[in-house]
Amino acid sequence: MEHGSALMHVLLGKLTLDAIPYDVPLIFWTGVVVAVLTVAVLGTITAAGWWGYLWREWFTSVDHKKIGIMYLVLAVIMLLRGFSDAILMRLQQAMAFGGNMGFLPPEHYNQIFTAHGTIMIFFVAMPLVVGLMNYVVPMQIGGRDVAFPFLNNFSFWMTASGAMLIMVSLFIGSFSRAGWLAMAPLSEAAYSPGVGVDYYIWGLQIAGVGTLLSGINFVVTIVKMRAPGMSMMKMPVFTWTALCTNILIVAAFPILTATLGLLSLDRYLGMHFFTNSAGGEAMMYTNLIWIWGHPEVYILILPMFGVFSEVISTFSGKRLFGYSSMVYATAAITLLSYLVWLHHFFTMGSGADVNSFFAITTMIISIPTGVKIFNWLFTMYRGRIRFEVPMLWSLAFLFTFVIGGMTGVMLSVAPADFVLHNSLFLVAHFHNVIIGGVVFGAFAGMNFWFPKAFGFRLDPFWGKVSFWCWLVGYWVAFTPLYVMGLMGVTRRLSHFTDPSLQIWFEIAGVGAAIILVGIAAFLVQIAVSIRNRHALADTTGDPWDGRTLEWSTSSPPPHYNFAFTPVVHDRDAWTDMKRRGAERPTAGFSPIHMPKNTGAGFVLAFLSFVCGFGLVWHIWWMAGASFLALIAVAIGHSFNYHRDYHIPADEVRDVEQTFARRVAEQGAV
Amino acid sequence: MSGAPEDQGYQSDPRYLHSHEGTPEPEHGTLRGYLTGFVLAAILTVIPFWLVMGDVLDSAAVTTLLVLGLGAVQIVVHMVYFLHMNSRSEGGWNLMAMLFTLIIVGVTLAGALWVMHNMNANMMHLPPMGAEEMLHR
Repeated sequence: MEHGSALMHVLLGKLTLDAIPYDVPLIFWTGVVVAVLTVAVLGTITAAGWWGYLWREWFTSVDHKKIGIMYLVLAVIMLLRGFSDAILMRLQQAMAFGGNMGFLPPEHYNQIFTAHGTIMIFFVAMPLVVGLMNYVVPMQIGGRDVAFPFLNNFSFWMTASGAMLIMVSLFIGSFSRAGWLAMAPLSEAAYSPGVGVDYYIWGLQIAGVGTLLSGINFVVTIVKMRAPGMSMMKMPVFTWTALCTNILIVAAFPILTATLGLLSLDRYLGMHFFTNSAGGEAMMYTNLIWIWGHPEVYILILPMFGVFSEVISTFSGKRLFGYSSMVYATAAITLLSYLVWLHHFFTMGSGADVNSFFAITTMIISIPTGVKIFNWLFTMYRGRIRFEVPMLWSLAFLFTFVIGGMTGVMLSVAPADFVLHNSLFLVAHFHNVIIGGVVFGAFAGMNFWFPKAFGFRLDPFWGKVSFWCWLVGYWVAFTPLYVMGLMGVTRRLSHFTDPSLQIWFEIAGVGAAIILVGIAAFLVQIAVSIRNRHALADTTGDPWDGRTLEWSTSSPPPHYNFAFTPVVHDRDAWTDMKRRGAERPTAGFSPIHMPKNTGAGFVLAFLSFVCGFGLVWHIWWMAGASFLALIAVAIGHSFNYHRDYHIPADEVRDVEQTFARRVAEQGAV
Repeated sequence: MSGAPEDQGYQSDPRYLHSHEGTPEPEHGTLRGYLTGFVLAAILTVIPFWLVMGDVLDSAAVTTLLVLGLGAVQIVVHMVYFLHMNSRSEGGWNLMAMLFTLIIVGVTLAGALWVMHNMNANMMHLPPMGAEEMLHR
């Protein structure tokens, strides 16, 4: 018996049958439903014989367009998970008053708010941002792919592996209860002895590798691969914001990696970086995590500023007002975002001098942001505005984000922060800027570029239903939180004693339900659009009278994007080409050199997942073996010399001539 | 609606098919450069080693500062001789990246030290305790 359990310990580490939460009906039945759905999806794919197609055309693809779409699919799937958590929290808080303890015990509730924050930031917002950049940036700069196409595929699968590890924690073991930033010393082994924080650490570390590598990839792509004539000050604004975001990623993500690395040394090897005994400094964890954390929020919002710039300019039929000031504002925000991190912990005990410094730098950030808001307003001024769905999202953003920004300035006043910190006011503020900024931006971007990606527009009716539900739902859900925050209600509580608060939580719950309808309407929008794809078809490749180079290609674009590299003479390169009556070349094509698909990224990421799982459960043989396999596959891949191929000139000519004929029939350029 | 396509925004010159902005190939250094770098790096490693092992200076603080200073010079040697960085390489982008890195690292280190020092100064100071004692309290 003794011997048997020792053997089991070597084989399975801390993993036992008790790790399956079959005694908690809610999780158990969620697990059953998810398992049934997974089997149904996999079964459908198998029955239809799609595995080969998926593997060859998508999973192994190094095409930036397909990788971008896969990122967005991952983001939407994880949004459904993160939003389920949100619904559970809203239900719990709406009912848990007085004698009613609600349906979630505190330790489960804590897991839910931790998972909600972690998933929404790392596996919804980040894939949305990276997905849009992947799809759009190479085409906006007239490129054929990113600088390192294989790395791009690897980055995606690492992000997906991290997401998988977090999802597995739902059914095997438990997730972290320490909040989305796993603040020490709560996240230390002494206070979080289970595997929850380990799932959090390894999920984020694996996904973080992907994020960092795609950051490097995009900086190189934008700096080195622009079309001839496209100087820095002729780059589209979305590309500018993408460049700044990726610089932020490259500079900030190593700090997260190091901080989580130190935390894992504490947890795994009994060190004392952030413990509250033996010389540990828990406050250093807060300091370090926010040095990464504040740039992170700008990593999320800057590309969306780029999306709004493109959308507002396109649907106003005008070039962007104040291009240079937009660029300088973006660059200023990039630098300033490193000088404000302490505003996340004004109350930790710094003196007045430190708090004042960081309060003032925080207030200064609102100046370049304000510049941007005015630029968008002036772009619309006297423009011929078309109220298409992407434009609606942008208008709602302007209105919503300005209010979120103002409550942010309120929080930046250190004495006010002593009253408002850790309250529902803070929760309302950051949802205001993240939903109003990042989510609205992602929907604007997806509605805007969808026809480019798939060759047909998204249905505008269901798009508007989704839009209005999100907008109204957001305000109904979070205004009560602002009100309660001002009254001093703290965040992250699973039970309340004051019955007068219940009505506010019920209103917030109604808001969440309206958002749920908005999400459902988005899914319906996609389904309806696929059904009506012929009526919604975009044959010209330029459905919105676009201004940048991606609209000069067919929808969907050919693998190689551009048969000839475009030459750029003006900021809105495509508008400029249309104005000067550029003709599509129909002859003189040469073979195009393209990177070949490879399964190495998928295999490496899968091994990382196995390694992460082994580390979480202390299954050392599994972690060690998969790590060695990782290195072996990486070395093996470097000996793969069959990495490229040429698209024959005849094929390019056929594709281009077909497209040119189709466009000519439409009477467009 | 006339004129060659090249004039109107499409480039058929094969030079641009990979569009690397026409930047020249990066320099790969010379044997002389690598040897200079190697000798400098070795000297800059030996001096701190000697300072510490030989107990040359009386003041530990001065030794620490010297070692850190020589370490900083070592970084520069590596960048110039092994990574071939100068203000012109990659069209000036390397210098820009370098300056940005220095600013961010400087802000992070100086800021963290300032913040933590400030918090330490505002703390209620308890009598010092050994690690052992703390663990077994």
